[in-house]
Amino acid sequence: MGDEDAWRELVDRFSRYVYAIAVQGFRLPQQDAEDVFQEVFARVYERLDSLREDEAVRPWIAQLTRRLCIDRLRAGTRESDADLDELPEVPAEDVLTALEEAFDVHEAMAELPENCQQILDRFFARDESYRTIGDTLGLPAGTIASRISRCLDKLRDAFEGRNPPPAPSGGQVT
Amino acid sequence: MSAYDEERLARLIGMLPPAPDGWVQAAQELPAARRGLDQLVARAETDAAFRAAVLADLESALQAEGVEPQPQVVEKLRRLLADG
Repeated sequence: MGDEDAWRELVDRFSRYVYAIAVQGFRLPQQDAEDVFQEVFARVYERLDSLREDEAVRPWIAQLTRRLCIDRLRAGTRESDADLDELPEVPAEDVLTALEEAFDVHEAMAELPENCQQILDRFFARDESYRTIGDTLGLPAGTIASRISRCLDKLRDAFEGRNPPPAPSGGQVT
Repeated sequence: MSAYDEERLARLIGMLPPAPDGWVQAAQELPAARRGLDQLVARAETDAAFRAAVLADLESALQAEGVEPQPQVVEKLRRLLADG
């Protein structure tokens, strides 16, 4: 795979995550969120050579996105009449934790057959109707609900295969 | 029993909707944009008239190079020319 293909894939893989941190996590307006989004990927591109370890990329992108969102909020506070000592509103940690978990689920989704990826993404992430999904994928609309259910089963298996649930506590270790 | 029932998985999928297509496309085209910037800056370093023309209208210079004049790209070009 060429470098540019790899770059496109990286952007594709992390674009939703960065977008969600900015818009859902920090509730930035669209224009600010777009600036943060482009700045994140510009900095990732500049630092790519030092980020060859795949496992290092995600936490670095998450941290960078959060930092740029906070910078943006602070800049907004400075431009307004708000007290300069007042900290901008940062998201509750559980929102960011949920976004991490959502990213893990999407990573597991990428392992599913293409039709399952499409159905789950279109229904839950893009809010498309059964009819639209059926028309787009050439499937009878009446079969979409059962396909969603089957695909969710596959997703659960894939997700728990990647992230085994913790062993029940309280049992005696022998 | 799994902690990840259908409802929870569905909610987690829905938490990451796609970013707007234009944003993603602009980020994906970053390598090409950077190449265009490098070419502009290299030419500006050897051609004072060209440099003045670029500085006078950064957006048009980028478009002539086939680079979408996103604000971040324009700012990057401004910085590169100022540093040069």
